[in-house]
Amino acid sequence: MNDGTTPTAEALRPHAEDQYAEELALLAAADDRPRPPGWRLSPQAVVTYLLGDGAKVTPKYVGPRRLIEVAVSTLATDRALLLLGVPGTAKTWVSEHLAAAISGDSTLLVQGTAGTAEEAIRYGWNYARLLAEGPTDAALVPSPIMRAMRAGSIARLEELTRMPSDVQDALITVLSEKALPVPELNTEVQARRGFNLIATANDRDRGVNELSSALRRRFNTVVLPMPAGADDEVEIVARRVAQLGKALELPEVPAAMEEIRRVVTVFRELRSGMTEDGRTTLKSPTATLSTAEAISVVTNGMALAAHFGDGTLHPGDVAAGIVGAVIKDPVSDGVVWREYLETVVRERPGWLDFYRAARDA
Amino acid sequence: MPERIYGIRHHGPGSARAVLRELDAHPPEVLLIEGPPEADDLVRWAADDGLEPPVALLGYAVDDPGKAAFWPFAVFSPEWQAIRWAVRRGVRVRFFDLPYGCRVAPPADTSTPPEVATGNAVRTADPIVPPPADPGVPQPADPVASRPVDPIAELAAAAGYDDPERWWEDVVEHRGMPVFEAIAEAMAAIREHAPEDPDDLAREAYMRSVLREERRRHRDIAVVCGAWHVPALTRKVAVKDDTALLKGRRRGKVAFTWVPWTYGRLASWSGYGAGVHSPGWYHHLFTTGDDVVTRWLVDAAGVLRAEGVPTSSAHVIEAVRLAEALATLRGRPLAGLAEVTEAAEAVMCDGEPLRSELIARRLVVGERLGSVPDDMPAVPLVRDLTAQQRALRLRPEAAGRALDLDLRQDTDLRRSRLLHRLTVLGVPWGQRAAARRGTGTFREEWRLAWQPEFAVRLVEGGMWGTTVVSAATARVTRQARDASTLAEVTALVEVCLLADLAEAYPPVLAALDTRAALDADVHHLMAAIPALARTLRYGDVRRTDVAGLATVTASLLGRVCAALPSAAGSLSDEAARQLRDGMDGVHQAVGLLADDSLRERWLGTIGSLAARPGLHGLPAGRLTRLLLDAGRLDGPEVRRRLRLPLTVGAPPAHAAAWVEGFLSGGGLLLVHDEALLSLVDDWLADIPADAFDAVLPLLRRTFGGFDPGERRAIGERIAGGRAAQAGPVVALDIDRAATPLATLGALLGRHLTTTESSDSAADDNSHPPAGEHGHPASGENNRPAAGANDRPAAGEHDHSATAENNRPAAGEHDRPATGANNRPAADVNG
Repeated sequence: MNDGTTPTAEALRPHAEDQYAEELALLAAADDRPRPPGWRLSPQAVVTYLLGDGAKVTPKYVGPRRLIEVAVSTLATDRALLLLGVPGTAKTWVSEHLAAAISGDSTLLVQGTAGTAEEAIRYGWNYARLLAEGPTDAALVPSPIMRAMRAGSIARLEELTRMPSDVQDALITVLSEKALPVPELNTEVQARRGFNLIATANDRDRGVNELSSALRRRFNTVVLPMPAGADDEVEIVARRVAQLGKALELPEVPAAMEEIRRVVTVFRELRSGMTEDGRTTLKSPTATLSTAEAISVVTNGMALAAHFGDGTLHPGDVAAGIVGAVIKDPVSDGVVWREYLETVVRERPGWLDFYRAARDA
Repeated sequence: MPERIYGIRHHGPGSARAVLRELDAHPPEVLLIEGPPEADDLVRWAADDGLEPPVALLGYAVDDPGKAAFWPFAVFSPEWQAIRWAVRRGVRVRFFDLPYGCRVAPPADTSTPPEVATGNAVRTADPIVPPPADPGVPQPADPVASRPVDPIAELAAAAGYDDPERWWEDVVEHRGMPVFEAIAEAMAAIREHAPEDPDDLAREAYMRSVLREERRRHRDIAVVCGAWHVPALTRKVAVKDDTALLKGRRRGKVAFTWVPWTYGRLASWSGYGAGVHSPGWYHHLFTTGDDVVTRWLVDAAGVLRAEGVPTSSAHVIEAVRLAEALATLRGRPLAGLAEVTEAAEAVMCDGEPLRSELIARRLVVGERLGSVPDDMPAVPLVRDLTAQQRALRLRPEAAGRALDLDLRQDTDLRRSRLLHRLTVLGVPWGQRAAARRGTGTFREEWRLAWQPEFAVRLVEGGMWGTTVVSAATARVTRQARDASTLAEVTALVEVCLLADLAEAYPPVLAALDTRAALDADVHHLMAAIPALARTLRYGDVRRTDVAGLATVTASLLGRVCAALPSAAGSLSDEAARQLRDGMDGVHQAVGLLADDSLRERWLGTIGSLAARPGLHGLPAGRLTRLLLDAGRLDGPEVRRRLRLPLTVGAPPAHAAAWVEGFLSGGGLLLVHDEALLSLVDDWLADIPADAFDAVLPLLRRTFGGFDPGERRAIGERIAGGRAAQAGPVVALDIDRAATPLATLGALLGRHLTTTESSDSAADDNSHPPAGEHGHPASGENNRPAAGANDRPAAGEHDHSATAENNRPAAGEHDRPATGANNRPAADVNG
């Protein structure tokens, strides 16, 4: 869905519907189940698109099937969907692919920030025209949500809880009446069938701008968890690292599975507060230690190894990154990390290099 | 057909309904039910309204109540419904499974116990054997039973259903086919290819023989048994084959009773579980006619509202819609438990895991508790207690009486353990009286008083186990798991020791490890260490996982070492005192552990801590002293450090605290520790005359805290001159002193010579494990000074070595190795 500004091939990060256009076409061709009004695929095919079919369709999300099923069913019952999760649990990723599969358009996006104004949800004005012509349809600048309502497609709202509460509440009419009044023109925009909203929010800082209960009631909530098993997570990290390495054109570094596994193990253990063998309990640092961060630690280490090292990924290359990711609060996290190093890493066979590197980092 | 066989899914509400329907349509003359035949007499209780499910048949070996098994029944269990049906109509009910007595009897040929499937089965009729000690520990998978545990669930899973009841509804009931014929056919097909469990074969042989017997008497027989057994019952088998299978089985004496059961314990996640994941849902399915999904979600909203979560009807409406949409997406005719749970989570719970857990606990599992009539015969825990009371000659009496136990006597030790265990079970029959002597290790004083309500508590305690020890073990294990603070768990460690609950030790230790890891307060961590070290050093708990304890203690110490530096900054006076006490305790404990690497680590930690500028005076002084005693600092360095706080730069309060910390342990120490005294003396003499006026108040403050007698003794020592001390030492009768040394050497585990006894105090302190009272640096040292005259009798048990020990010159004192230092004390007193 380029506006002709950047050719898809040149885009640093192509939209989901462009990158996976073949898979979407494949699914659409084979899809013989009923599609909800305004949907490009049937709900079952959307689930398949997200989770992969083991053959042509690659998995976009590795995680419990039931979560994706609940998410898709929610959108099919025309309830809005709220994806909750700690940072790095693929909320945005899932919402983008859901929008791409259902509407074929993942670009109708509003980013929630403390400075997001009501215009971003409703509509704004082209002031030159407003002054020249007065309030007319042509002077109206529709928000992505308004455009989604007109087109009957999925709108996405990132970081819903970061928006000020009064702006959030502008959504209530949209979600309950499925209409957006424009009093200045004495008209309204009614949503076409197929319109729906996917919002994401970070449940770590839920308290920033807690949703009002009126708004919350209009969302179904799906909590995206951290990956369940170490193998799953290693797979996710390895795959993303390979993709990112290609996209950023980093020099080839043999993707050292051993180091990836080590990073994932450290992250998982600290996150869950327990060693993988279940024998030792640990304190957890304040950092989230998401899979996304693991990916960036490994990518970082690979860049280090390629540009400043001997081209292979060594413990030392990832150690600095890990320490930086773990220690967010220098006092309390420092203790947690030292305790982990001394009680777990030091004793673990084969981890001596890493222990030394991490201690010196 | 002479009999109708209803192959059911144990605890399946669908099966229960179908059985009732069939029984109403074809009333039999006699009803055979898969279950222990010894419990036949108990069937009549089902007519009693006092017997309200969930209840369980509890069977146990009469001579060993520890061998017990439960057969739980819920209102939705087909067996229960069939029993109720029969009892109401006066139809005879007979349990026709292999007698439980055959299972508890010691096996004739093999060494493995004949107990079957340890409790993970949905087959009610298979006994659920209570886990030996800890309900939380997963049972080892039964290596023999490779046959499907819940065959109907397997069928359902093959059809893509995660909830077997939903499958029963969708596939079996809605098609209107004759249910039991269809199930029997399916089972026959499965069993053709499934491995046979030898235990099953024996049971089925017994079932067939009962069936033959009944056929001779009755024409109209109904059989309710697990679907798995149906093909075996209809198969033609020669009588002699069955007899051969059953031959040679010994039969133990067993007793049965009804006990109350809960849905929680039916569910698989609570230990005694029957593998029914969702008893509450089944209850709902069985008792609710139509609108299953809507009513369920209304109930879920009710649960949330009861907890103060605003949940409107709009929520319920949306949840029902979502559940139905999910069912459609998954290609199911109706929403099942998975769909309603996910819908409730997404719509009503706002992604709060606590709320979904609440629904799971209150609704999916349910908190229903069964009840049994008051006149039901006693439970095994009570019998076990009665037996022990008789064996230990402790009669329950309502009037209180005192009991003085000498733990060196075997009987008294067992009495003490029993009382401790009962206390654990919430039966405070004995109350510990305040001990006359604080540190007495072998005497316990109790006040016994039997209250009538203990009977009730014992019956309740029956849910923890069938014997006092197993119940106490399970209870302690549970408490350890539920404990929220480190202190609670540490207390449980001591309880394990007192009540001799060896099997509870590993889980308590695991809990200790967990709490220690999560407890960020270094004071809590430090407080936990001494008790553990004592247990490690002196705890004579047989079969205890001492290695585990050592690991936990070591890791605890590691955490303390890691956290101590950051905990020692910016302390108030009160916090400093707490830290000082904690460090003292840990220091003693480290001595007891006798592990050089740990000791090294600890000394390294306090060494760097002591050198830290800005540390509060009290711990700083104390640490310097500990390091001096451990030989980490030499005299000149200590003198240098002693001088520092008393210089102009340090505020007076800091200096006072420092001196107090350094000299804590009381004035008596100065009297007896010559090296220390000379150190302080030299330092005092070193202070320039003009600075002395400023230092004097601080010294007053410290020395003013000492006893007048102590101060006088110190003064006398200083005034008398140290050279005079040489006199009595020289006068020592070496031959006499040498006599007890061999025995002492054996006690202490190292070779002693007479010359060693004149070592310095510092050397003495580096061997803290030397004696039972191995804390030379603390108040224990008071004792020798008090002298032979007024020392309390408490210490008497420490000198059991030889008669020579009673001679004042050689070793009246607890720590004979320090004899050289003690001797002058006698001097002063004399």
